[in-house]
Amino acid sequence: MANLSRDTLRETVIDAILAVAPEADIDALPPDRPWREALEIDSFDFLNILVDLEKRLGVSVPESDYHELATLEGLIDYLERRLAG
Amino acid sequence: MSEFRMPSLGADMESGTLVEWNIRPGERVERGQIVCVVETQKGAIDVEIWEAGTVERLVAEEGQKVPVGEVLAVILGDGEKDEGGKAEDDGRETPAERPTPEASQAPSPRAPDLSPPPTTATPDVASSGVRLRISPAARRRAAELGLDPAGVNSSGIDGSITLEDIERAAQAAQGGQSTRAVATTDAHAAMRQAIATAMARSKREIPHYYLGNTLCVEPALAWLETHNAERPVTERLIFPVLQLRAVALALEAVPELNGWFVDDAFQPAEGVHLGVAIALRGGGLVAPALHDADRLAPDVMMAALRDLLTRARKDRLRSSELTAAGLTVTNLGDLGVESVQGVIYPPQVALVGFGRIAERPWVRDGQVVAARCLHASLAADHRVTDGALGARFLTRLTDLLTEPERLWPT
Amino acid sequence: MTTQTIAYREALRQGLRAALADDERVFLMGEDVGRYGGTYAVSHGLLEEFGEARIRDTPLSESTFTGAGIGAALNGMRPIVEIMTVNFSLLALDQIINNAATLRHMSGGQLNVPLVIRMTTGGGRQLAAQHSHSLEGWYAHIPGLRIVAPATHEDARGMLLAALEDPDPVLIFEHALLLNVEGTVEGEPRPMELDHAAIRREGGQVSLITYGGMLHKTLAAADQLAAEGIDTEVLDLRTLRPLDDAAIMASVAKTHRVVVIDEGWRSGSLSAEIITRINEQAFFELDAPPVRVCTQEVPIPYARHLEDAAIPQVEDIVAAVHRLLG
Repeated sequence: MANLSRDTLRETVIDAILAVAPEADIDALPPDRPWREALEIDSFDFLNILVDLEKRLGVSVPESDYHELATLEGLIDYLERRLAG
Repeated sequence: MSEFRMPSLGADMESGTLVEWNIRPGERVERGQIVCVVETQKGAIDVEIWEAGTVERLVAEEGQKVPVGEVLAVILGDGEKDEGGKAEDDGRETPAERPTPEASQAPSPRAPDLSPPPTTATPDVASSGVRLRISPAARRRAAELGLDPAGVNSSGIDGSITLEDIERAAQAAQGGQSTRAVATTDAHAAMRQAIATAMARSKREIPHYYLGNTLCVEPALAWLETHNAERPVTERLIFPVLQLRAVALALEAVPELNGWFVDDAFQPAEGVHLGVAIALRGGGLVAPALHDADRLAPDVMMAALRDLLTRARKDRLRSSELTAAGLTVTNLGDLGVESVQGVIYPPQVALVGFGRIAERPWVRDGQVVAARCLHASLAADHRVTDGALGARFLTRLTDLLTEPERLWPT
Repeated sequence: MTTQTIAYREALRQGLRAALADDERVFLMGEDVGRYGGTYAVSHGLLEEFGEARIRDTPLSESTFTGAGIGAALNGMRPIVEIMTVNFSLLALDQIINNAATLRHMSGGQLNVPLVIRMTTGGGRQLAAQHSHSLEGWYAHIPGLRIVAPATHEDARGMLLAALEDPDPVLIFEHALLLNVEGTVEGEPRPMELDHAAIRREGGQVSLITYGGMLHKTLAAADQLAAEGIDTEVLDLRTLRPLDDAAIMASVAKTHRVVVIDEGWRSGSLSAEIITRINEQAFFELDAPPVRVCTQEVPIPYARHLEDAAIPQVEDIVAAVHRLLG
């Protein structure tokens, strides 16, 4: 898992988001803006995305780290770091 | 012998389309069992039965549009024997809807529709009870295409399925969509119409008054973080569970907001069933009931909410969830708004709205600090309650959310 | 070829003149056809042109002169019997049904009755119940007769010529309301075949099946419907017996929806026969129940407003199509 490229990681994240919000236009999303509001992801959707990502990547995100996941880039950075570490 | 009838699944429902039977003649049914799927303006609903017994026969066919109160199936009660025609006459004497906890907690403003129809049911209804209304040309074409016409939307004379309906359904099926998907497009329009009707009625008939409160949720968030720490993602709670719990407990204290305004009188709900407003991706809104919200432990409530949200988004709500709610909670905080001034869902008499959790300057012990805050609002029916009572409710709600240890006292 | 615009009455006269000129066995016989020039002025001038032997005024006795026509036909003549209206033809029913229609079969094919009987039919002229009925569908019940209803000017001229070529009796029903209606014809009168219905307007959504006087109301309704974007096909039956089943079924197979417009009453009627045949032969083509627009089941009233209410009107046809399309 640790040698996942960043692009692959991004694709995985996008897949997980699309599974919850199939209509989401992720390309149109400014990378440094809060993605949950922009994509209308509520707390339940968010939880489902985390469950999905855990299944796909084996990374469990503790609630205390949620604030690091506010932007899409932040989320990918976070996962990259966790996978590397 | 009793007749299982098309239930009223909302104030403005006149009829529903039977999409699918889950039971067959001769099978046993239990109370609360989901026996069929009915397409309504609120989407496809899993309909429960409230009497145990044996399925004597299915009267309505799949694909058939059935008016509220019309017979869907005949059920032989436990210990009964089939007495043929006589038994059927007896069946007409029995009330359409078995009084059950859920049903009695969910009175319908269209209750008269649920009473049995006069014995002289029109032959039209009786005959349509056994056959799909489809033109000969459409039937032949459906057979050629190998398409089951039962689920196809009808546009023809007297509600019949026409050749064009079949072609449209077939085209949709070919394009990778199911015939159900075609129905969904219409269903969206129908849902829009249902919302329009209910909301217009609300604003026309209900003199709303609005109250609001900003509260600090740091303690509640801390409680949640503690609860969720060390738990795998799948077992965590989400903040709305706390909100719903707080509303449920506040309603217990102020039951005047939990119920329905029917026939110019307030009718209190028995038990606390909260309508949870759920925005559907692709448009529309449903507000199914989370049953017994005042009696569920945190994990059980989360599981119930998860189940409700999942089924709402998959279009699989149950009949008992559509009319049971005595008050609706809407949470638009995830969509980034600060506050909600809600429109009451008639015949309910109040609606609670939550905005987003955001950091605000907050005065604590004489000091201005940054704290995560939330705006909670109440929209209530002034015919039923006054501002003082609404204020009592909102204060209670505020206290509960501010002091989360009171939510599930040990 | 020259195009003329003429009244339906003139088209009938052109047909008669051509028939009389073409074949000296042809003669016209009936009440007031000679000196008076015809009750509806259809035979005006023919007595002067063809003489008393071929344009024969008769006593007011339909049974007698129809019988005489049958006798003349049996003896090699080609008589055209004019009966003033279909209502009066009932006085000649015995001759028409017991003699003209049966002799070929009763003689084992040894005898033919090459008789043509013309009569007006239909209401709309405030002539009350004894002059206004549409009984052609009733005659269409009878084997041994051919029943035709020219609705266009070319048919008004040419169906008579074709009828005279038929070795068996032909009844021609001319709707009285059409007499003054103008239309175009091409060149000289020529026989118009009697076996096929004609599509008078092509369309895809609904078949409007009709004949005779109702054709014009149906075409007007079709125009109105077209303005609303509803595309109808108008089938003119032309011959009511034998019916052109193939044309009817072809149109139904195309549109899958049918309205039959018939000035007769609906009970036991031609419209009933047409719809029965559609059910028998094209049931699986139907996308909606067939619909009829017929005359109300009353003797045709005298009062204008009541007569209008009794007889199918353009708006009745339009309404029927609207209902059919759901």
